[in-house]
Amino acid sequence: MELQASLSLIAPEIVLSLSALALLLIGAWGGDKTARMNSIAACIAIAFCFAIVAPRVCAGVGGPDAVAFFGQFKADAFSGFAKLLIYAGSVAALLIAPNYLERVGAMRAEYPVLVILATLGMSIMVSAGDLLTLYIGLELNSLAAYVLAAFVRSDSRSAEAGLKYFVLGALASGILLFGMSLTYGFTGTTNFNAISTVVAGGLSGGAMFGLIFMLVGLAFKISAVPFHMWTPDVYEGAPTPVTAFFASAPKVAAVALLARVALEAFGTQVDAWRQVVVFAALASIIVGALGAIGQKNIKRLLAYSSINNVGFILVGLAAGTAQGAASMLLYLAVYVAMTVGSFVALLMLKNENGDQLESISDLSGLRSVSPVLAFCLMSMMFSLAGIPPFLGFWAKLVVFQAAVDANLVVLALLAIAASVIGAFYYIKIVKVMFFDQPSGVVLGKSDGVHWALLIISTLVISPLGYLATSWFGDLAQRAAATLFLLS
Amino acid sequence: MIQTLAFYLFAAMVIASAALTILARNPVHSVMWLISSFFNAAGLMIIIGAEFIAMLLVIVYVGAVAVLFLFIVMMLNIDFAELRAGFMKNFPVGIAIALVLLAELVLGIGAYRAGALELGVPDGSAAPILGASNIENIGALMYGRYLFLFETAGLILLVAMIGAIVLTHREQRAPRGHQNIAKQIARQPEDAIVNTKPEVGKGVQL
Repeated sequence: MELQASLSLIAPEIVLSLSALALLLIGAWGGDKTARMNSIAACIAIAFCFAIVAPRVCAGVGGPDAVAFFGQFKADAFSGFAKLLIYAGSVAALLIAPNYLERVGAMRAEYPVLVILATLGMSIMVSAGDLLTLYIGLELNSLAAYVLAAFVRSDSRSAEAGLKYFVLGALASGILLFGMSLTYGFTGTTNFNAISTVVAGGLSGGAMFGLIFMLVGLAFKISAVPFHMWTPDVYEGAPTPVTAFFASAPKVAAVALLARVALEAFGTQVDAWRQVVVFAALASIIVGALGAIGQKNIKRLLAYSSINNVGFILVGLAAGTAQGAASMLLYLAVYVAMTVGSFVALLMLKNENGDQLESISDLSGLRSVSPVLAFCLMSMMFSLAGIPPFLGFWAKLVVFQAAVDANLVVLALLAIAASVIGAFYYIKIVKVMFFDQPSGVVLGKSDGVHWALLIISTLVISPLGYLATSWFGDLAQRAAATLFLLS
Repeated sequence: MIQTLAFYLFAAMVIASAALTILARNPVHSVMWLISSFFNAAGLMIIIGAEFIAMLLVIVYVGAVAVLFLFIVMMLNIDFAELRAGFMKNFPVGIAIALVLLAELVLGIGAYRAGALELGVPDGSAAPILGASNIENIGALMYGRYLFLFETAGLILLVAMIGAIVLTHREQRAPRGHQNIAKQIARQPEDAIVNTKPEVGKGVQL
């Protein structure tokens, strides 16, 4: 493929890298007072990338036309769909951060730069067509994420979160690399399509080891049980806007990457990884649900909730079909809206001095203090629990549908049963907000950006969202189909 | 003949330097022996025709890693005598681990020699340019086929640099010995001196 054609396919990535470099220079010269302006500029850059990618997703681009750099990079509709979700999550993280970070005295010009570079890493991850691209994208994202977790230097919890994330993340990267080297050694190639051709005849013991190690490394990145231990601690310690970022965009990227490895590189050996994914899915759903019950801190609760949700997404992957991949993409889209909404609502809980409130008991009687906020948070919780008529129900429905169609009835049944456990703590929050004695601590005002984000995400997951489901489902189906095209 | 001679010379020097690295009493000497072992390892690489790796050994290991070690050894006040005190106690454990690793190596190479491993066949996508040196080959691959990944790896290094600065750089405060002459001149006696007449047993209110 010509270099020029390759370069035009990576246009969003080029825009992101150039804007990161430009903002870095502006920040270096202008100092921290440019931080707010840089955030807005970063949002515009990401919105520009969104506009580049969106038409390609609608057109369902795939196959050989979407392959750049000798198969190392794939700008197909599947990656495009994931990129749109990632960009949405990143813009949200850029918009909600300045107020919070300025309050704790940590708003620096590097914040938007690091968010853009993390977004670039995720953008490369979901487009990976080669083990090398996978690793480079993942590390670019992870390194930026470690720094973001420790961004508030004055807060020891933030530093602890950053260190914990770094040490465990480096271990996971090492495991992933080990798996990749075994895979390369036993298949003789790093290209996903070439791997799938080589293993089509049968998986040798070494390649099997490689596959399992790679799954372990990626399971860490999506915080699937049993590699989830870091999640509650990191989510609790990191600054809340950064936690919102971690819970939305990188999850999408890592799940899409896992889908590429499983369906593209090892798509001819579905039985080899299905057991692992099924186990991780069920364990995540159950541990996420049980772990959340005793939590008193809302951030920790949302961390367990994200573990729980990853389990449902993996149910879609376990199906191993195009329908399963499409259901996974749909679930991710709804999940991003729910996560961003929940975290924005959490950021809006402030006491009269403007300090953030994070404890569930602070929510009590929120209905009488701020009825709109309480209503939005209630929608989020019902949607996360999968209760109709909210969109979270539909997301769970398509995932279970895909699992049942792939003859995984037992998995679907167990997942449905376990989702009932999860409903308990979501509804508990609604009960605290609507039926408990008002604690009267949530008095702080929030600005228009937070309200706008909250209202948008509530509208997306509200019954109104069903109006878009047929169009959206079609889009996801076409995107998932490009994953199964040979290029 | 000369090649064999050079090999044994370099190999013996690598082993001797490595041994002296852990045996030297002075930590700075240890680092020097380490550098010597890197240089000799680079010589070994040249003998097998891997000039690029030889260069990397010198540039990266000697130029960066060893200098970093020297900085650490000289700047941190580590009590090496205390560190070494546990050496004899842990010696048997160390020997046991070394033997296990050796056994694994022998088994692995044995299995490979016996043909028990079905290693993949390279797909030829990165086939070398015949007749070119390996530096030329690696350069052609990095700036040709793997251009995108090479440039992105540069961005990763940029993130690492930004991260290090963000997490450790502190703004310099205004210099402490700053003299405000106008303020000194404007100072009046009544600003500085207070006359009090404390009563007995009441103490002084300042």
